[in-house]
This record gives sequence, C-alpha cells and structure tokens, in this order.
Amino acid sequence: MMNKVFPNKAALSADLKNNPMLRAEIRKQRVGASIRYIILLFFGLVMLYPLFWMFSAAFKPNHEIFSSLSLWPKEFSLDGFINGWNTGTEYTFGRFFLNTLYYVVPKVILTVISSVIVAYGFARFEIPFKKFWFVTLVATILLPTSVLLIPQYLMFREMGMLDSYLPLYLPMAFATQGFFVFMLIQFLRGLPTDMEEAAQIDGCNSYQLLWYIVVPMLKPAIISVALFQFMWSVNDFLGPLIYISSVEKYPIALALKLSIDVTEGTQWNEILAMASIAIVPSIVVFLIAQNYFVEGISSGGVKG
Amino acid sequence: MSKVVFENLTKVYSNGFKAVHGINLEIEDGEFLVVIGPSGCAKSTTLRMLAGLESVTGGSISIGGKVVNGLPPKDRGIAMVFQNYALYPHMSVRENLGFGLKLAKVSKADIEKQVNEAAELLELTPLLDRLPRQLSGGQAQRVAVGRAIVKRPQVFLFDEPLSNLDAKLRASMRVRISDLHKTLKKTNRSATSVYVTHDQTEAMTMGDRICVMKDGHIMQVDTPANLYKYPKNLFVAGFIGAPEMNMVETRLDRTGEGKCHLALSSQMLGLPDEKLQKVLTNFTEDVVFGIRPEFIKLADENSPQDEIIRGTIVRMENMGAEFYVHFTVEDRELCTRIPADVVEAKLLDAIGKEQLFHFEMNNGHIFSKATEINISL
Repeated sequence: MMNKVFPNKAALSADLKNNPMLRAEIRKQRVGASIRYIILLFFGLVMLYPLFWMFSAAFKPNHEIFSSLSLWPKEFSLDGFINGWNTGTEYTFGRFFLNTLYYVVPKVILTVISSVIVAYGFARFEIPFKKFWFVTLVATILLPTSVLLIPQYLMFREMGMLDSYLPLYLPMAFATQGFFVFMLIQFLRGLPTDMEEAAQIDGCNSYQLLWYIVVPMLKPAIISVALFQFMWSVNDFLGPLIYISSVEKYPIALALKLSIDVTEGTQWNEILAMASIAIVPSIVVFLIAQNYFVEGISSGGVKG
Repeated sequence: MSKVVFENLTKVYSNGFKAVHGINLEIEDGEFLVVIGPSGCAKSTTLRMLAGLESVTGGSISIGGKVVNGLPPKDRGIAMVFQNYALYPHMSVRENLGFGLKLAKVSKADIEKQVNEAAELLELTPLLDRLPRQLSGGQAQRVAVGRAIVKRPQVFLFDEPLSNLDAKLRASMRVRISDLHKTLKKTNRSATSVYVTHDQTEAMTMGDRICVMKDGHIMQVDTPANLYKYPKNLFVAGFIGAPEMNMVETRLDRTGEGKCHLALSSQMLGLPDEKLQKVLTNFTEDVVFGIRPEFIKLADENSPQDEIIRGTIVRMENMGAEFYVHFTVEDRELCTRIPADVVEAKLLDAIGKEQLFHFEMNNGHIFSKATEINISL
C-alpha cells in the first residue's frame, strides 16, 4: 500500500529527511492501516474460531472436548478420525462421501446446462411476453423452498422416486433455481453481442453460437454457478432428510446426524473429525475454481 | 458478380421509429463504397441490414442479383469487420481466422492453407498462436480483417473498423485496407466493399464513391472529388471538408440585364456568367452562399473588382504548412486557408487589421435557403 503512494524508495527517503509534513502524512497512513488491519483481524478470528475449535476438538479425546478451553489438545488422539470413519453402521464414512457425490455431481451438471440454456434464451431471443416470464422467474427466487416441500414430496412419491437421488437432482434439469438463471442472464446482458454477430456471419446457428461463443465467454459465471451449487448441495440437509430413507444411501449431511442419535452419549470427537473431513471437498473445489472467478475472459476480445 | 442493390430499403423499429426512409443505391461489383454521416443517420443500421443482423422492414436488398432479405447472414456471402474487432476471446488468432471455414466444414488442410494465405497477406503469421488479449489494437484489427478475407466473401462490410485505433495507426490501417482492396481486385477476387465511417478523411481517401447519409436518407452518392467540388445540398457541403465550407445566409439581388449580386453584409459579390445562368433558372431570393476556405485568397491587383471583400482578421491558427485565417465581414465570420510563407510575407501582426480578400466565385456555391439544394450546379 505504501508503495503505491510513493513508488520510488530512494526519492522517498530523501524526501523524508527534509520534509516533516511528508513524515507526518506517512505516519498517519501507517497508523490508519494498522487500525484497519487489527479490526479486520479481530473479526476474521471471531468468524474462524468455530472452525478452529472444530479442527482441534477432532483431535481431542471425547472427555476433553467440553472440559477445556484450550484449542491445543492435551491428549492428542486420532481415535475420532478412526472410529468416525468406521461409523456405527456397516458402512465406512467413505461410502457417505460417495453417496454425496452421486447426487451432487448430477445436480451441478444439470443446473449448469439447464440454467445456461434458459439464460441464453432470456438474454438473446425475443420471446412473447418475455417481461412476464422474467418477472415470474425472479418471483420464484423469492419463493421460500419450504413452501414446495410437501407438494414436491407428494409428486415424487407418485412418481415412485422416493429413497433415490432423483428427487434431489431431477428438478435441476428444468432450470428451477431462478437465482442461477438470473445471475447468468445478468452476466450475458453485460457481454457485448458483437462476437455473437460475428459468429453468426461466420455461419453459426443458435446452438453453435451457444456452444462455441457464448459458453466460453460465460465461463467465469458458469464456474460461479457450479461452485455455489456444489457447496449448497453438499451442505443440504433438508433435501436428503426428506427423500432418502435407507442408511446405505445417506449423504454426509445425514451421516453426521446419524451419530448424534445414538442413545449412550454422543461421540463428539468422531462427529467433529468427520465434519472436518466433510468440508474438505468444498474447500478444495473452491480453491481450484477461485482463479476462474477472477479471470475476466471476455476482456481481451473487447478492447484493444 | 457481386453487385449490391438497395431498392426502396426501409427500416422501422418495433417502437415505431423510422430509421431508414426508402433508400435506393447500387454498389458496383468490386467497388469500394464508403457510407458516411453523423451519428444516428442510420448508416450502421443500413449496413447491418445488408449483413442480415437487422431485419428489413420494406424494400429489398440484393447481392449478386439475388434478393437476400430473408436469408441468414451466413448465406449472404458477406464478411464483416466490426468496430471493436469482435474477435472470439477464447480462440487463438489461427482459430479465429479459420472459424468460419470450420463451420462450413472445409477440410483441415484447406483451412490451414487459406488461413496461412490470409495471415501472410496481413503479416499476421508470427501472431497466429496468440490469443486476442495478447494483441495490440492494430494487430487485433488486422486479425478481424483477416477473418473476413479468409471467408472469400462476395461483399466485405466494414463497420467503423478504425475508430478504436489511435490516429497514427488509423492512418496506416487506412492505407492497408485500401491496398488490400486493390490486391483482391487484381487477383480477381470479389472485393465489393461497403465501409461505414464517420471520419471524412477515411471517406475521402478510401472510397471509390462516397454515400452521404442523414436521418435515414441518402443525401448524395458520388466520387470523393465530385462530392467535394459539387455538393448537391447544404448538408453535404457542410459535412465534407475540413475546415468547413464558409456558409453565409444572404440575398440574391437581380440587378438589371440578367445580372445578379450577392450581398455580403453591405458589400456585394458578383456572379460569374456560368454560375449566373444556372442560378437564374432556379432563381430564389433567400439563399445560402457557400465557399470553401481555399477559394478565398488575399486580393491582389488581378482580382476582379466584384469578387473583392473587405474583412477584419480576428484570429490565425497555425497549422504548420498553412494558416487558418479567420476574418469578419461586419457581423459574419469566415475562414480562409493561406500558405505559411504568404502569411509570413504579408500578414505578420495582421490581427485586428483590415484586409482585402478575393472570393473565387467560380468555386462558390449558392443554395436555396428553403430547399437547401445547390442551385448553382
């Protein structure tokens, strides 16, 4: 930050010697920056504390978790991880991991495909009553999901899809998450149409246009959509709770809850150890995709 | 054959705005036509209709004798260069150039050959593997032109292709595009070009003919020289030429025996016989007198008496080789271009002083004030 204001260090030190005003200015900036950083650091730590606590508790034996405030375990133990992984059921925790992926991956893919197609339609085509449909789309964003739970449950029961992952991801094939569609529409509206016109002249039809031109330019937005959907779906508790009834199909969210139900006292260290592992995929996926968030892929072709 | 014909072409937008008012235009095979006009004159709309990016409300467009109104852009045999290049950001230069051919299912070897050929023509060979964001503005524009060439279209369309470049680059690209047009013509390739711009230097230097548009109407279509020398109406006269033509609202006085005088404030200018005959056939009293700055000279002993006007110099702009000398004739301000050496010899410290000017009336124009039409042609 300092460097931005005074790019030349040599000149700066020379200036500093004989310019008390400048010195005062710099000190003011430094103090200001320190205060800002301290405040940010404090709130950052407050927010991260539960996470640290979870990690450290995962390494503590069960009796120590609620008896000591220290983040550092007195008796370091991996029992939580080992027992937690084996779970109280006939399956290991790995099974629940896979179960989660079984519905999260199709969910993400279907969301991306259907949302992009619908957004493309909204942003680039003249549709009768487009305004009305768009308002309807936005209205669905505001609709609380719980309102749909019972009718949806009944519908999937009639279709015989209970205790399968279909109810969890099938709706995504129809761009039912208005938020993502809306996000993509807004992104598309911000993109210049010249490239699409050039591609039209080059001979693209609407589908080729979407595949060759629009999708690559939408990449940052698509990755954001995929990322949000991935994280929200992994965290989803209510959906699996309603539709999945057999333990062998439980995803992580339900599996963690499973251990809490045991009557003879909860093995908190196991739960916390598994919870720690459970957030790893989300973090990894986020770190991988994070670069694409920043990459403004369309900027290069637009300006000189 | 790739002649382009507009017949009574009309565009009305869905909100009822009439952008193009039934224009008729023929662009000859191999011709380089520049369409020029102020912003909002529908020059781009017209071009986009020709490209097929904008629907046609009325009339017809034909390319090479075939009406293309309902055809999608790809079936019209056109290629277009956009103002902001419109390169595909995720494709390399090579892929950008070959994309149209790839869609047309041309074999890989042929694509390679044609891309290389175009790259050579435009000196893009070393850049073929770069992405658009790694190119400078001029390079990007060359790729955009290359993309058009690779397609071997019947008609090239340019939509203000140079307006995003800096002045120097613009000048060199201007020459390049002109040369390219000539090269294509020489090698018997279709080279009919429609070039939309608002820059009159581009129009004057590049066009075989220039089409001047205003508010969805064609004002005049002619060669650059004719457009400059014989503007058909007030708009064309004022739009073409820098510094602008001097325009003075005035009266045309018949002064017996078929003579006419123009009143410039209290001073009079006589009309030479040739102009007089033409003016008399369309005689109207309220007129606008126009004369280009270069046709106002410093008066000398050879200047005819009825072409001399007394003015007061108010300002001189040094343009290097010449000066723009602004002077007032009573309440009107006019401008003339005078070579630097003449200024140095005769006009040092002339600001604020009176000076006699010779108006070369043979090169003047008289426009009817009511119809804005040039009645002296």
